Amino acid sequence: MKYLDEYRDAPAAEKLLRQIKTVVGRPWVIMEVCGSQTHTLLRYGIDQMLPEEITLVHGPGCPVCVTPVEAIDQAVALAGRPDVIFVSYGDMLRVPGTEKDLLSVKAEGGDVRMVYSPLDAVRLARENPGRKVIFFAIGFETTAPANAMAVSLAHRQGLDNFFVLTSHVLVPPAVDLIAASPDNQVQGFLAPGHVCTVTGYREYETIARERRVPIVVTGFEPLDLLQGILMLVTQLEEGRHEVENQYTRSVRRKGNRRAQAIMTEVFEVVDHKWRGIGLIPRSGLRLREAYARFDAARVFGLQGIACQEAEVCISGLVLQGVKKPPECPAFGTDCTPEHPLGAPMVSSEGACAAYHAYRRQETTDFQNDEGRASARQSRRQPEGWPSVVKDAGERVG
Amino acid sequence: MCLGIPGEVLSMEEDAQGLRKGRVSFGGVVREVSLDLVPEARVGDYVVVHVGFAISVIDAEEAQSVFQLLQELEEAAL
Repeated sequence: MKYLDEYRDAPAAEKLLRQIKTVVGRPWVIMEVCGSQTHTLLRYGIDQMLPEEITLVHGPGCPVCVTPVEAIDQAVALAGRPDVIFVSYGDMLRVPGTEKDLLSVKAEGGDVRMVYSPLDAVRLARENPGRKVIFFAIGFETTAPANAMAVSLAHRQGLDNFFVLTSHVLVPPAVDLIAASPDNQVQGFLAPGHVCTVTGYREYETIARERRVPIVVTGFEPLDLLQGILMLVTQLEEGRHEVENQYTRSVRRKGNRRAQAIMTEVFEVVDHKWRGIGLIPRSGLRLREAYARFDAARVFGLQGIACQEAEVCISGLVLQGVKKPPECPAFGTDCTPEHPLGAPMVSSEGACAAYHAYRRQETTDFQNDEGRASARQSRRQPEGWPSVVKDAGERVG
Repeated sequence: MCLGIPGEVLSMEEDAQGLRKGRVSFGGVVREVSLDLVPEARVGDYVVVHVGFAISVIDAEEAQSVFQLLQELEEAAL
């Protein structure tokens, strides 16, 4: 496919890797914020091909993973009602709530449907006037305009049986939280290309300036990521902290104004609780008062559902890049993609799912290969990086 | 979630509600996509599509930048 295949070219990737090796002089810790990028990096083994000076840590950019357990429990409660068609993106169906997930509700007879686009949910509402259609509107800034368009469309069509249960989050406040944390180890960020396609990257310029940290807006294919890493490492080596744009074929500095306009028309910025991380000021979106009649949480009175996380799950630390998935005692044993305890093991953007899918076999090979093991042991780790992470890095391979 | 797939705009139309839609080909698989967020899109353009909405028109010139960089690196090495 055009604009995909050419960015997966192995000889070109090798040239970029060689250039990264030429440029890098000191150890650096960099975070790819977006879970899709984590998956590309692991799928293509880029993290293992990079020079030993570069340590990648994985960020919170997985909307499914950071949707609070309260929202899952609300979704489960709504989906079980006989008068409701509950509509969701596929990734959400298997995320565990306090007692169960949406797929279990469906197995018990609930009308739970998976859609590809929020417009499909609006169509379902139009086609089923006798039922209440509730769409689970989650996502980052990439998805918010589409979900806002769905609400706006339902408004224009005068639908009174369409509702949204929202859990919308914003990336810059989370990046700033990580960069400002007193024990932050991340020295540079790869910012998410599709979020920035919508928002542009002016907000990131403030973060780069105030936190003195370089940020490169980066795409999702192997060559994109390698070029993004090259640009970031070049900045780090030169002591610069600017925002640069690798993903210029899609991202403009001011973003997509039309997408921003519909987002602002329908949603307002509020404090938001991130699963595993906690409350981050002004990091979420909720429907404006003018659209309150579409807000499932307000219409159906969902406050006061008691909820609880699986105690063993360390997803909060994984999402902040403090720990890597195999450091979790449940990883690959009590928690697997078939029986997940936490959302990062479910989502196609979750770091735990990525490690499980791409790393397990290699870990076994690595343990059986003495030569490789000793090579790994000689790997230098950045100074000040927590030893627990260093150990995990060795164990993961 | 933030998956964006590039596809080629084959045709465009406006529906009864005044929404702009297009038929977009993803390597031969054709789907209907909302073009409301990319008023500048034209037939033959490639757009990045996320959950049924085109969110940007791909800049064909900028798309070559990584290959230009590789070319420059090679020339510098000679």
